[in-house]
Amino acid sequence: METILKCTDLKKYYFRKIALNGLNVEIKRGRIMGLLGPNGSGKTTFLKIVAGILRPSSGEIFINGNKPGRKTKAQVSYLPDRDYLYKWMRISDAIDFFKDMYDDFDEGKAKELLEFMDLNEDSKVKELSKGMSEKLYLTLVLSRKSQLYVLDEPLGGVDPTTREKILDAILKNYTEDSSILITTHLVSDIERLFDDVAFISEGKIILFGNAEELRSEKKMSIDEIYREVFK
Amino acid sequence: MDSEFDPNIPIYVQIMNIVKKKIVNEELKPEDKLFSVREMSVKLKVNPNTIQRAYQELERQGIAYKQRGMGTFVSGDISIIKKLKKEMAQDILCNFIRGMKELGFSSKEIVEVVRENIQEDV
Repeated sequence: METILKCTDLKKYYFRKIALNGLNVEIKRGRIMGLLGPNGSGKTTFLKIVAGILRPSSGEIFINGNKPGRKTKAQVSYLPDRDYLYKWMRISDAIDFFKDMYDDFDEGKAKELLEFMDLNEDSKVKELSKGMSEKLYLTLVLSRKSQLYVLDEPLGGVDPTTREKILDAILKNYTEDSSILITTHLVSDIERLFDDVAFISEGKIILFGNAEELRSEKKMSIDEIYREVFK
Repeated sequence: MDSEFDPNIPIYVQIMNIVKKKIVNEELKPEDKLFSVREMSVKLKVNPNTIQRAYQELERQGIAYKQRGMGTFVSGDISIIKKLKKEMAQDILCNFIRGMKELGFSSKEIVEVVRENIQEDV
């Protein structure tokens, strides 16, 4: 199977603080990988490097054979863990914004997803509830025809029904030729989605494997393994 | 479709069991088409590769077969389905008997308890 992302001995320092301490990870095409770890373990730092927002201090990372940059930014669709749309925007403005920004943005798909998510194009971004704005951001990110989707805590702070909607949207969108990297610490809600899981602690991968094999090997759910590893 | 999974058993095995159960209780008849991988994935909120694996395993066991470009179908071979039914019943029985023995029932008592309960049902 083809590799879409590979990084070796990736390190990132914020001045003297170490965020990533020799991270090794490989993601194959067509697979969904969960990156699991507690707060402050380096998940978001890693995703930002993948998205081309941060530069690694040392080590190598290749996305489709390229170092993060212009080319990879066009192939990676990134859902940050923070809001970034302007307050004055309506949802329709946000769609236009993405259309201008990304060549691979599919407006038709965005409209379809908005409807699926029960969002109204005329709503103002600043008036959306937490769950609604999470759904909006996900809609925007999934409406790009990318090779790698990088989702930072897509379920953070949303209620169970919204969670279901978000999971549905991710699954409906997923195709064999794209890969998805998802970080979360809400493991049980989302573990059925994963092909592979990587546990990250203090900037390093401490356990990696196929989700089903880990389950049968340890006779535990991924959620239980998580609790075991990080207790 | 309800999708409560036992977290300790590989999910593909559980999906196989869901399909097997449906075949045995004739919700799915011989030569019926199974849900597509994608439909099943969205229904159960499970990774499509996992569904794929469950289907492949069902094929390997001769319970289902794949038709290129059409989908996956329940085998038309009645003997396989009969065998499956027997096997699944056997599993349940074994578990039941083991459980009862753990509670201290003798074989004779187990038979008695079963008889009583079945009469009540009728």
